[in-house]
Amino acid sequence: MAERTLFRGARVVDPAAGLDDVMDVLVQEGGVAAVGSGLDGLGSTVLDCEGLVLAPGLVDMHAHLRQPGREDKETVETGCRAAAAGGFTAVAPMANTDPVADNAAVIHEIRDLAVQADLCNVFPVGAITKGLEGEFMADIGEMVEAGVRMFSDDGRCVPTARILRNALTYAKTFDDVVLAEHCEDASLAEGGQMHEGYHSYTLGLAGAPGEAEEIAVARDLAVARLTGGRLHLCHLSSARSVELVRRAKAEGLRVTAEVTPHHLVFSDEDLVAYDTNLKVNPPLRTAEDRASLRAALADGTIDAIATDHAPHAVEEKEAEFDRAPPGTIGLETALGAVLTELVGPGLMDVRRAVEAMAVAPARILGAADHGGPIEMGRPANLVVFDPAASWVVEPPFHSKSRNSAFLGRTLQGRVIHTMLRGELTVTDGKPTR
Amino acid sequence: MNKHLLSINDVSTEDILRVLDTAESFREVGTRVIKKVPALRGRTVVNLFYEDSTRTRISFELAAKRLSADVINFSTSGSSVAKGESLKDTALTLQAMGADAVVIRHSSSGSPYQLTKWIKGSVLNAGDGTHEHPTQALLDLYTIREKLGRLEGLRIAIIGDVLHSRVARSLSLGLVKMGAEVTLVGPPTLIPPDAPAWGVQVSYDIESVLPKLEVCYMLRVQRERQRQQYFPSVREYSRLFGLTRARVAMLPEGALIMHPGPMNRGVEIDSDVADLPQAVIEAQVTNGIAIRMSLLYLLLGGARGEEATDG
Repeated sequence: MAERTLFRGARVVDPAAGLDDVMDVLVQEGGVAAVGSGLDGLGSTVLDCEGLVLAPGLVDMHAHLRQPGREDKETVETGCRAAAAGGFTAVAPMANTDPVADNAAVIHEIRDLAVQADLCNVFPVGAITKGLEGEFMADIGEMVEAGVRMFSDDGRCVPTARILRNALTYAKTFDDVVLAEHCEDASLAEGGQMHEGYHSYTLGLAGAPGEAEEIAVARDLAVARLTGGRLHLCHLSSARSVELVRRAKAEGLRVTAEVTPHHLVFSDEDLVAYDTNLKVNPPLRTAEDRASLRAALADGTIDAIATDHAPHAVEEKEAEFDRAPPGTIGLETALGAVLTELVGPGLMDVRRAVEAMAVAPARILGAADHGGPIEMGRPANLVVFDPAASWVVEPPFHSKSRNSAFLGRTLQGRVIHTMLRGELTVTDGKPTR
Repeated sequence: MNKHLLSINDVSTEDILRVLDTAESFREVGTRVIKKVPALRGRTVVNLFYEDSTRTRISFELAAKRLSADVINFSTSGSSVAKGESLKDTALTLQAMGADAVVIRHSSSGSPYQLTKWIKGSVLNAGDGTHEHPTQALLDLYTIREKLGRLEGLRIAIIGDVLHSRVARSLSLGLVKMGAEVTLVGPPTLIPPDAPAWGVQVSYDIESVLPKLEVCYMLRVQRERQRQQYFPSVREYSRLFGLTRARVAMLPEGALIMHPGPMNRGVEIDSDVADLPQAVIEAQVTNGIAIRMSLLYLLLGGARGEEATDG
């Protein structure tokens, strides 16, 4: 059996190495053996990559894999398969499982399931507070020993500045630990079904104003300043949040930020037909907010793209708008959405897209084996995609759920191969296992 | 006409006039001894009411019966819905039973939109959450035109809890379409800040607005809004925004007083004001039947039915 794989004639886009050139990449025994022109394919499985882009495997630092607890919506295995199909080699599942990932036992369980599935490296996110209740700090040290580097109460904002202060300060005990915040002032956002504005008033849906996010962002940045702690802001949605982050970065605070593909593509006016797949939290905001998010991603104010992949059961989403849970699946559409809506129209180049989807999230997550550089001796965690291939988003998905905001849309850019530690998890667009 | 009636926005100006004119001819049916025409014989209309409603449900039921349709009233208490059946499954059941039209009242905004995915027949929105109540708007347009002879150029205030009112949304949009000048009046907590984008004006001062009006339209104010801190007390609300006898005196002669019902006498409208001759609240109810006959007839293709008998 060939233990060597040669990707022949790919456009290698490797921001970590500053490389964007047509090259061959030889993989042997799980690692990159050579990068160059005219490499010898003898004894290798040769994959013709003419016209295709080869990049570091994508990294999603914000997904919901629902296991343990809601295996009807997703499991670690199905979520990882969806991730691999979407070009990801690393995924960070959020802590809002049942039981909550607020202790080492749940972390180990999730990681064991991931090892069995062997489709992605999984980096479970630990809860900041016990049971996500916002009162008592979870066993952060114990989870750090179990390998956790990112902590979050995602879905909820740490309720008081004092608790966040203590957690950010305490986290400084450990190297490279980051706290990720879902920024939302609960009292303003309560009951909100969509962004508050002209469209919410016209549709008669209770709104959550952009200020609900901005208040929490401003508070969290102030606490980051107070503590010197490392803060990551999840799924930014509002233009003024972006401005706050821009200023905080200029000031030198240790802050990073992410945005989802759906916030980059849709806006509140897309809700006019009450499509529950477009009900997400934070809500889709105005076209002006979307323009700011796109610009901030292009200029690096927003560091990374994260999917916030949130599978939900069909019967939960095929319901009245105010009864449907928020969230869209996103692992299988993220790359296509970014290539179609941002790279296609020239808002950013492929290099920046790869940086935002692989390099930056790997760095924030502390996933050292991911995000490149693609160099000799590095683990071969790679994606190959066809930037020109069009496809229509429709079921079946590899995810167990099908609540995609992108249903029916045509995306340009399709994953051909995904390689995890030298083994193809996806080839010719299909999962290998 | 579109196949469904989900929002007043779906109805063009010409179609609004068509609905009103058709209602005109059906109104006469209600004055006969035998109040029935055969227009929808053999067609099935389902009233799917997820919220309690007296006048709208009865009005739709009478409208369908006067058109000779078969009417099924599906209320949620004591039905499969009370046993936890989803909107989708209920819809599929009604579809399987061959409903030609489903009239839906639901507490969730947008539910009629979702229903159209599962129902092949026409869907009529009989009030969805805080979104719209287009048939109420059409019967109000009919009543105003009947009493004042026109819609264009009329000055109308809609007073009260606009934020949570499906009636206010549909009526504002409908009136603006027909060329009326609409002013929304209420405490700023209950007026959507973006309302001017609907083509209306906004005022927080009822007494400055009343002297210019041809129609004064009062909205029901739910007492629970006090608990939610939209205003400090029902008493204060009445003082600032209620239609009292003294305020009625500020209206020009001939101005109409309207209310979609059910009224909170003593809150948004003084008890004796509701019984004044210029209050046309009962006419609104009577006209509601004719408007709903007109809508069912036009949406269910009464004309198509006639062709079938001819052929």
